Amino acid sequence: MGGKSNVPLITKGKRLDGRKFDEMRPIKIEAGVINRADGSCYLEWGKNKVIAAVYGPRELHPKHLQQNTQATLRCRYNMAPFSVPDRKRPGPDRRSTEISMVIREAFERVVMLNEFPTSGIDVFMEVLQADAGTRIAALTAGAVALADAGIPMKDLVAGCAAGKVEGEIVLDLDQPEDNFGDGDLPIAYVPEKDEIVLLQLDGDFTKEEFEKAQGLALKGAKKVYELQKAALKAKYEKN
Amino acid sequence: MNIDKELKKHFIARLAAEGRRVDGRKLDEAREISITTNVISDKAEGSAWVKLGGTEVLCGIKVILATPYSDRPDSGVMMTGAELCPIASPEFEAGRPGENAIELARVIDRGIRESNMIELDKLCIVPGEKVWMVSIDIHIINDEGNLLDAGSIAAVAALKSAWIPTYNKKTEEVKLEKSMDMPLTKLPISCTFVKIGETIMIDPCTDEEYATDARLTVTTSGKAIHAMQKGGIGAFSSKEVIELINLAMKKHKDLEKLVKK
Repeated sequence: MGGKSNVPLITKGKRLDGRKFDEMRPIKIEAGVINRADGSCYLEWGKNKVIAAVYGPRELHPKHLQQNTQATLRCRYNMAPFSVPDRKRPGPDRRSTEISMVIREAFERVVMLNEFPTSGIDVFMEVLQADAGTRIAALTAGAVALADAGIPMKDLVAGCAAGKVEGEIVLDLDQPEDNFGDGDLPIAYVPEKDEIVLLQLDGDFTKEEFEKAQGLALKGAKKVYELQKAALKAKYEKN
Repeated sequence: MNIDKELKKHFIARLAAEGRRVDGRKLDEAREISITTNVISDKAEGSAWVKLGGTEVLCGIKVILATPYSDRPDSGVMMTGAELCPIASPEFEAGRPGENAIELARVIDRGIRESNMIELDKLCIVPGEKVWMVSIDIHIINDEGNLLDAGSIAAVAALKSAWIPTYNKKTEEVKLEKSMDMPLTKLPISCTFVKIGETIMIDPCTDEEYATDARLTVTTSGKAIHAMQKGGIGAFSSKEVIELINLAMKKHKDLEKLVKK
């Protein structure tokens, strides 16, 4: 929440970029884009550009991180210095560390780690251009990359965020809406099981507003899930 | 593999499946809370020592001069840090904050920041140049579970009893005398639940944390939700999330009474 915007964010039922309250930004997903990686995914979500790569299962170093009963999943969310208006200094900061953690906890629900004891599975997500909702975009790309790598999973994980802007509950906030709005609710979901594997909230929501926002976000996540599946299918149909 | 943890996990999970808890509490029963403020009164501008069951957390507030952010020139600033001190648990190591300390600090910060608990626009000294920075630092003394709620209560209690020093514009000096009480609005307090198997319970103790599949923290100020964080490798259904929000809002009334005392 960063103060007031110079222009109204909502006019006559439409948002600044012309979207309706329950409309997502356009999403493009492509699987298998980094040759050296075991799995990868390039994803555009509105003005967000994210690229994810998976290496693993592979030998895990340092040895003290190895677990006897399962693979060790490591996730790294990172923003490129040029991805944001005020250049971001390279290297993990507190925000990236927290985001990496909640994404990892989401994936740990679905990745079948027991199949590869002592090994390591690394999911790297790079935000190349940021326009709000980057953690959800990164997680969505990471899930496709994991599937692209052939790592056995119970299901894909899809994400979507909803928020509160000038008193209205809207789906998929963009940058000005996130900056000047009154709340942000990113959720990651396993639709078939009705399982919420990532949920964070910041802002000012009543109970009713939360329920509406959660509903919108889960509907959005279901749509994203279909796009993830389509991208993976498309890769195999090409060949 | 930590044998102690592994063995306890199964026992706790068995109890949970029967709706029972290792310390005999009900599923919606939190441990006893005690709050003592002004424990570091000689050097800190606010402080509180909180005991939540066996968990002990100390929060100190420092108010120091700072430059404002360029997009908010007449607003004070706040920051929150947390240290999982090695004294508090055999599992904490010395060194820079790890992901658990960072998550703890950021979730507590979110509740305070998003609720506008601190009236930052009353902390401006010279617009665009000098403002007060409120630094909230959480020092874990003994970890027996649920550092999030203990830390959240400690931060809110410390802020409630905190004061702002005096700034002399002529001499440009800070005098450690109270110019005003910390300007506050609401009291955002967090409520943490854990899910073990299909059973959800409030305020986990250490053993219950070992067995936790998923964790949900809800920070409310009575009628509004300001922060939420799902943790752990399990999941919640959409219905469960809503139920827990209701429960957290109920609990807020009791916690608010305690802090106000």
